[in-house]
Amino acid sequence: MGMTGVLRPGHAAIRVLDMKEATHFYGEVLGLIEVGRDSYGRVYYRAWDERDHHSIVLREADSAGIDFFGFKVDSVATLDRLEAETQAYGLKTSRVPAGDLLQTGERVRVEIVSGHTIELYAEKGKANSPQMVDNPPPWNSESERGIAPIRLDHALLYGPDIEKVQDYFVKVLGFYLTEQILMEDGKTQLAIWLACSNKAHDIAFVRHHEPNKLHHVSFLLDTWEKVLRAADIMSMNKISIDMGPTRHGVTRGTTIYAFDPSGNRFETFSGGYQTYPDWDPLTWTWDEVGAAVYYHDRALNPAFLEVVT
Amino acid sequence: MGKHTVHFVDTGESLACSDTDNLLRSMEKLGRKGIPVGCRNGGCGVCKVQVLGGSCERRVMSRAHVGIDEEAQGYALACRIIPTSDLSVKVIGKMGRAFASVHTNPSTGE
Repeated sequence: MGMTGVLRPGHAAIRVLDMKEATHFYGEVLGLIEVGRDSYGRVYYRAWDERDHHSIVLREADSAGIDFFGFKVDSVATLDRLEAETQAYGLKTSRVPAGDLLQTGERVRVEIVSGHTIELYAEKGKANSPQMVDNPPPWNSESERGIAPIRLDHALLYGPDIEKVQDYFVKVLGFYLTEQILMEDGKTQLAIWLACSNKAHDIAFVRHHEPNKLHHVSFLLDTWEKVLRAADIMSMNKISIDMGPTRHGVTRGTTIYAFDPSGNRFETFSGGYQTYPDWDPLTWTWDEVGAAVYYHDRALNPAFLEVVT
Repeated sequence: MGKHTVHFVDTGESLACSDTDNLLRSMEKLGRKGIPVGCRNGGCGVCKVQVLGGSCERRVMSRAHVGIDEEAQGYALACRIIPTSDLSVKVIGKMGRAFASVHTNPSTGE
């Protein structure tokens, strides 16, 4: 089996300013399935084709942004090993008890140098949808409700010292670099895309002066046509669109960037390509940074580098 | 639908705003510029303004960008205020600093 260790992005915990507006957006417009609420008032969602209990956790707060981004690992033994190796590497970790997040086992928290909190966990309850496991139909009513992404796919985070972030993800967590954008000096990385699987990215970072910022949490759709349908649904619901529908040069994904009702950017995208860990990373140079991000416009919009939560 | 006039003290320009749309939306839908446009939903802070005169309805906005003390001094995010009278406004938010910071020390952003 090729895929071991860190398996995939498992959850994103997002701060929202108004839970009522947020639940309307995430539940009805984005079309995620609400799967629970906890004693802290957090609201849990999963996408229709996900197999685990939840992937999105909303918390009402007085500022927007991301609390933490979690990865599922293949076993408790791997969780213990990665915790020890993270500490040996020199990063601070802490444990969050099982059950703090609904149906989720113990989590190991890592404060990475970009200021973000990354979580690792081995155990989470299964999605309660036997109709999608036994003699499964290719789609169901939940896959047609709202934008209805297939899954939480990745996140793009902004913070300082991304070369050190890459070093940790590669040396300790077993990720590999799939793509990068270099700055004017031809050496310093402006942005990095990292995979723990054979996706074009499972997490990405852009160099930014402020730590612990969220650029976007991304949701996967099947096709370009579904991306266009997502744009229609966004406009029908007066959702604030940042860019698109268009294509990224990096990852080749067809994409829309838009904002949830608290100003957290999200992406709905399709496509991309499959990667392997022995491949050399693809590199975009400073003179083509516009095409790297927005392949058709071939220019950045100011919001790409500056609008974060 | 009532209309209010918003005066921008820095440029001397004015903008007709409905009393149902937020200030940023009133600007954007007419194709006008002047206030930087970010998330449009109170989270990112780039459309920050200071209301120097007049009254407006305020919706929830990120405390990371408008503190309690600032709120008392009229600071607000333009995407979260709806004029209820004519307003006098100073634009605080700026975009365009990011390219400056990527050209400086990449480790610290200083």
